[in-house]
Amino acid sequence: MTTSVPPGAGADARTEDAPPTSGEGRRGARARLSDRARDEARLGWWLAGPAFVVMIAVTIYPILQALYDSLFSYRLTAPGDKAFNGGRNYVVVLSDPVFWQALGVTAVITLITVVVELVLGFFLALVMHRALKALRGVLRTAILVPYGIITVVSAFAWFYAFDINSGFVNHWLDWVPGIDPDLNWFAHQGTSLFVIMASEIWKTTPFISLLLLAGLSQVPGELEEAAEVDGATWRQRLQRVVLPNMKAAIMVAVLFRALDAFRIFDNVFIMTNGANGTTVLSLLAYRTSIGRLEIGLGSAISVLLFLCVIGICFAAIKLFKVDLASARGEG
Amino acid sequence: MRALTTRMKVWWAVVTVLVLLWALVPVVSIIATSFKLPSQLGLGTFWPKTWTTANYEQIFVGSAKELFLPALRNSIGISLIATLVAVVLATLAAYAIARLDFRGKKLILTTALGVSIFPVISIVTPLFNLWRNIGLYDTWIGLIIPYLSLTLPISIWTLAAFFRQIPWELEQAAQVDGATSWQAFRKAIVPLAAPGVFTTALIAFFIAWNDFVYGISLTSTSAARPVPAALAFFTGASQFEEPTGAISAAAVVVTVPVVILVLLFQRQIVSGLTQGAVKG
Repeated sequence: MTTSVPPGAGADARTEDAPPTSGEGRRGARARLSDRARDEARLGWWLAGPAFVVMIAVTIYPILQALYDSLFSYRLTAPGDKAFNGGRNYVVVLSDPVFWQALGVTAVITLITVVVELVLGFFLALVMHRALKALRGVLRTAILVPYGIITVVSAFAWFYAFDINSGFVNHWLDWVPGIDPDLNWFAHQGTSLFVIMASEIWKTTPFISLLLLAGLSQVPGELEEAAEVDGATWRQRLQRVVLPNMKAAIMVAVLFRALDAFRIFDNVFIMTNGANGTTVLSLLAYRTSIGRLEIGLGSAISVLLFLCVIGICFAAIKLFKVDLASARGEG
Repeated sequence: MRALTTRMKVWWAVVTVLVLLWALVPVVSIIATSFKLPSQLGLGTFWPKTWTTANYEQIFVGSAKELFLPALRNSIGISLIATLVAVVLATLAAYAIARLDFRGKKLILTTALGVSIFPVISIVTPLFNLWRNIGLYDTWIGLIIPYLSLTLPISIWTLAAFFRQIPWELEQAAQVDGATSWQAFRKAIVPLAAPGVFTTALIAFFIAWNDFVYGISLTSTSAARPVPAALAFFTGASQFEEPTGAISAAAVVVTVPVVILVLLFQRQIVSGLTQGAVKG
C-alpha cells in the first residue's frame, strides 16, 4: 500500500501518480495535451490545491520539524542551551528500557485489540447481514451507539464501571474466580490493560463491523447460492466463497484499525495515566515533550513512532500484497 | 425469506439481546452514575439508589461551571469551524477529483490517506513548540489548524466517493433544456450533492468533537480547552471527594446529542463511512 505513505516519504507514492492519458512517457503525453486538457488540469489544481496544501502544511511540515528538533539537545526549561548533538537523543531513547516497555505494551494492545475486533466485528457484520429487515435496523442502531461516543467518555464509563470505589463490576462478577469486591483492576498491569483494551474494543468495533458489512454485501449472492446447491457446508461457504471475496474489505479494516490502535492514547491517559506498566508510545511522547518539556527527546520518540507506523504499512503491503488504493475504489 | 423455525427465532432473540447489552450497557452505566449521589457512589450498584440531578447542577450552575461551560463553548465552536473549513476545501477538491481529468488526482487522494493514518502525537511536539513561539498556543486557531489534519482527509475521501455517483450528465441535460449553467448546477446538481456534503460534515464533526490529544497538548486554560480535555481536569468538591459524578454528568451532556445525531442519520453515516472505504 504505497498509498498510506505521505508523498514526501516514499518514492512509490510518486510513481502512482501516472498520467491518466496513457502509459507513454510523461513528456510525450504532456506535449500532446490539448488546450482543453491543460485548462482542465489547471482548474483541477485550483480546486484541489488548497486542500492539498493544507494537508501538507499540517502534517509534513511538523514531522520535518520534529525530525530536525530530534537532532538537538533541547529542553524548554533551558531554551538557550539548544545544541546539535547528532543522534544522541536516539541513542538515549533506544537504550532506555522505558521506551522498549512502551513499545511492547503498544504492540500487545494493537495485536490483541485488532484480532478481537476483527472476530467480533465479523460476527456483528454477519449478524446484521443475515438478520431480518426489522431486526437489522435495531442491531445497526445499537451498534452505532459506541461509534457516536467520545473515546474519553468511553474511557470514563469503563473506568467507573471497574473502579474499586464506584464500580459495579466487582459486585456483579464476584462469582467469577479471582474477582471479588476488593479486586483493584487498576493496580496491576494485566487487569489495567484488560479494561483499557475492553474500552478500545467497545468503541471501535462498530467501525470495523460496518466496513466488513459493506464487504459482505459485495460478495455475489449467486456464488454463495451456487456453493450451497453444490452441497457446501456453511463453514466451507464462509472459507471458500465469502472470505476470499471480501479480502480487500478485511485488509482495509485491519490496516486502519492497526494503525489507529497503535496510536492509542485517550483510554490509557484517562484510566491509568501510564501507571503499573501501562505506558504506551503516544503517552511516552506526550510526557516527554509536553510534560517534561524535553523537546529534543520528545521529537525523537515522535519520529520513532512515525517510523513504526510506516513500518506497519510496509509490512502490511508486503505481507498481504493488497493495493489499498484499488481496494478503496481508486484507479 | 424462508419461514423461521422456532429454534432460529430463539437464536436471533438471544443474539439481538446480547448485541444490545454489549452496545448499551457502558453508556447506560455512565448515565446511571451521573444521577448518583456523591455519598452513594461506593455502594457498587448499577442504578442509583436515590436519583439526583445534583451532578448536573454542579456543572451548569455550581462549582464546576467555570470549567465545563467554557469548554463546551470551545468544543462546539472549534469543532464547527474545523468542520466547515474542511468541508468547503474538501468539496472543491472532491469535485475536481470526481469530474475533472488531471494529473495529480491520485497524489491528492494518496496524501489524504497518508494524513488520515498519521500518528497525531508525532506532530504535537513540533506544534506545541511552534504555537508557543508564535502565540497560537491555547487559542481557537491553534486547535482549528491541527484539527484540519483530522477532518480534511476523511472529508475528501467521503465526498469524492459521493460525487462519483452523481449522474453529472443531468447538468448537460438541463443546459440542453435551456437552463443557464448556473441554473443547471443549482437545480440539478446541488440537490444531489447536498446529502453527501451534509453526511461528510457530520462525520468530520464527530472526529473533531472526539479529539483529545490536540486538546490536552495545545491548551492550558479555559480559553480554548475543549470538553474531552477539560474532563481530565475536573476535581471533586473537596479534596476527599472524587469528581466522578460531575465528570459523568458532563460526559452525558456531550455524548447524548451526538449519539442522537448518529442515530437520526444512521443510514447516511453508514454509507458515508463505508463508501469511501470498500468500493471496488
